[in-house]
Amino acid sequence: MNTRQLNTVWAILLVATLATWTIGEVGEHLGIAGPPAMLTLLAISFVKGRLVVLDFMGLRGVKFFWRSLVIGWLLLVSALIAIAYWIALK
Amino acid sequence: MRNLGQIKVSRTDPGDTPTMDAASVPAPASPGPATAPPGDLAIWFFILAELLAFGVFFAAYAFARAHNVALFDTMQQTLDRQAGALNTVLLISGSACVARAVEAVGRARSATGARWLLAGIACGAGFLVVKGVEYAAKFEAGINLSTNTFYMFYLSLTFFHFMHVILGMVILVALWVKTRQGAYGPADMNGIESGAAYWHMVDLVWIVLFPLVYVMR
Repeated sequence: MNTRQLNTVWAILLVATLATWTIGEVGEHLGIAGPPAMLTLLAISFVKGRLVVLDFMGLRGVKFFWRSLVIGWLLLVSALIAIAYWIALK
Repeated sequence: MRNLGQIKVSRTDPGDTPTMDAASVPAPASPGPATAPPGDLAIWFFILAELLAFGVFFAAYAFARAHNVALFDTMQQTLDRQAGALNTVLLISGSACVARAVEAVGRARSATGARWLLAGIACGAGFLVVKGVEYAAKFEAGINLSTNTFYMFYLSLTFFHFMHVILGMVILVALWVKTRQGAYGPADMNGIESGAAYWHMVDLVWIVLFPLVYVMR
């Protein structure tokens, strides 16, 4: 990763954080509430987490096994949160 | 196939090792994926154990909410979302600074690397201050672990993370001291990569924690 790529990842992470915050502040006024908001928030945190894992932790060029462990954790946690949220709707 | 196997067996002398030649041919030096992640393998087992612990905590929070939706959604409104978002920015920036430090040390620029590490430490300190102010406001309002299920989770989950930020900062300070001394370089990245991986883990966990606890309802 060169400095320009690292700065790009940083900028994407900041914009994604702004998106998460915006959903929290005015999501309902923008029509993003309930399950769509939950799925959007999980998608944003997955994109952010994946960038941190691949580019900051440096797992991008590493064997799939290692990437799958950490990104798999991210997917598993997101899935459990989504399932719990779905149960709460019932 | 069975016949072929029999022929092969009959032709192979017990003392001979026909497969040795094939096995001893060195693999071509291809720029394929690295077999191990950056840093020490031990830190990765530690990171995976930490992620597992946080994962269980997150799932416990989410399923506890499923049984107390009204309470969790009401109590979430009493959290300081601005402080949570500011802390996300601080941890992301701290992580970016440490990534820049590793990149600089990889180019034999120890002085630059040390400065980035210091910037990372400053971001971590900022996180602790913001979180400290948040805790102080909650404690002043008389909130504690036994206030309700939501605050039991909020306080224990965020404090568990808070302790990890402190440990991460201790590691960053140690890295900063050694980087200033020129202990790391392109040929010796193990220490700085290991410490950096731990710091990024602290950031990764917060990236899930912030939307889950502060925003999702």
